[in-house]
Amino acid sequence: MNWTFPLTIVGAGVLRLLSDFGRFSRFVGESGRSLADLRTWPGLTIMQMRKLGVNSLPIALFLSAFTGIVLALQASYTFTGAIPMYFVGALVGKTMILELGPVLTGLALSGRIGANIAAELGTMRVSEQIDALETMAYNPVSYLVVPRVLAGTLMVPVIVIFANVIGIICGWFTALQMLEMSTSQFIRGLRLFYDPFDITYSVLKSCSFGFVITIVGCYQGFNTQGGAEGVGVATTRAVVIASVLILVLDAFWAATLLQQ
Amino acid sequence: MSIQLTGIHKGFGPKQILRGLDLNVEEGETVSLVGFSGAGKSVTLKHIAGLLMPDRGTVVVDGKEVPKLSRNDLYRMRLDMGYVFQFAALFDSMTIGDNVAMGLRQKGGMSEKEIQDRIAESLDRVGLEGFQKRLPSELSGGQRKRAGLARAIAYRPKYLLYDEPTSGLDPVTTEVIDRLIIRMKEDLGVTSLVITHDMKSAYAISDRIAMLFEGRVVEVGTPDEIKRTENRIVRGFVEGRPEMIEEAEAKAAAAGGTDPPTQLGRPDLAQQADGHHAGRAPQRRDA
Repeated sequence: MNWTFPLTIVGAGVLRLLSDFGRFSRFVGESGRSLADLRTWPGLTIMQMRKLGVNSLPIALFLSAFTGIVLALQASYTFTGAIPMYFVGALVGKTMILELGPVLTGLALSGRIGANIAAELGTMRVSEQIDALETMAYNPVSYLVVPRVLAGTLMVPVIVIFANVIGIICGWFTALQMLEMSTSQFIRGLRLFYDPFDITYSVLKSCSFGFVITIVGCYQGFNTQGGAEGVGVATTRAVVIASVLILVLDAFWAATLLQQ
Repeated sequence: MSIQLTGIHKGFGPKQILRGLDLNVEEGETVSLVGFSGAGKSVTLKHIAGLLMPDRGTVVVDGKEVPKLSRNDLYRMRLDMGYVFQFAALFDSMTIGDNVAMGLRQKGGMSEKEIQDRIAESLDRVGLEGFQKRLPSELSGGQRKRAGLARAIAYRPKYLLYDEPTSGLDPVTTEVIDRLIIRMKEDLGVTSLVITHDMKSAYAISDRIAMLFEGRVVEVGTPDEIKRTENRIVRGFVEGRPEMIEEAEAKAAAAGGTDPPTQLGRPDLAQQADGHHAGRAPQRRDA
């Protein structure tokens, strides 16, 4: 084997990565420019907000309800004897708002919304529906991408707020029913470390997750090649890449906004 | 109002699809483009609509060079163009009525009543009366194809590009579509380029027929000229005789690998082609 072989492999990988990144950046830029096409996207955005946002609420609330219950139980298990029980409220509230509400909802929605968008647009690409839009003088980016990305960026934070509230309510209910805590104890804990910035942080983080989930789904859908197999590949990629980016962004926001 | 394709080269990765394609469609004319599957007929059509840009060569529609148009000018040009897709490309989430209305709404200048009337008229023309509320998934393949045709003609384009409008249709529906293509030309003076494999249709609807082979147009002529052609590749294709094509390819290869279609076809086309084809061995048809 030639000694340059590993270098060739690494080089090809780096080139592919850079080229993918370049294409993705161009796609994001094109989406930004298409915001100027005000005739096309506003009405469609409302429709997508209902489709991507409202219809995603049940799964997000289901997830956060059980997260709230488990958080309360685990907190009580950890604190027993050492830390006052009202800290259960603090842990449930802080963890739901700062971390688990946005991240778990984001990961769940990358499966629901991201996969849905990639499969839908991918099918439209391989069945020439996107070309058909073009031939009728519609800009497919302002018709398909902008409404979905805006709807995702605006609706994911709303879903996360609902998820946070339901998670905390379920944590409180668990504390009441299973941990023999009182409401005042739980609320005392909840208020102990509460900072209004936590809500801003949660919303900001969720906006970025909503953006990433939808733009990655749209990009993968738009670049689908081949038939059904290509749609499957695009859908899987959309979910995997969005999930990874959510975790990277999570760390990024923590490092930039939570440093004292 | 004409379409001119000059020296179009187009490749996808290592695969070269078009190799110096030249074709003119004059105003009000219907030209059928025939050729083997995978020869690049749909790719040619997409160049005219600006969905694909050539690697070399140029496309001129209505005196405007398509690859050089700004996005707004390209969209303006497309509103004068109807495109019938091979597999209809209907929007799954919309009713047939909404599908047909898409181009009308984008073009603007019509009231909702006028739009509804035009939808009904277009569906009527293709034999789909009362299909406005149906979804594409509720239609058969042939009906979907006709709905796609209704969508393309609804906004009265000056140009119509048909990608196999009759493939997979029964003989009666094929005849209906053929008559519609002829009527679009006679009533509205539409300039059309039709991709088809169906030679009976091609003879019926075309003013001229062009044969695409190995990335270039190797023969253009009226239906009568095509029927009487001496080009054995074209003749083999239109008469469905593969042995004639194989024989022509073998002869060309024995003569030194000169490109068989241009050698056997029209000498004027051989002169138009840029010299880099000379000496190239015959390509596989499915390349």
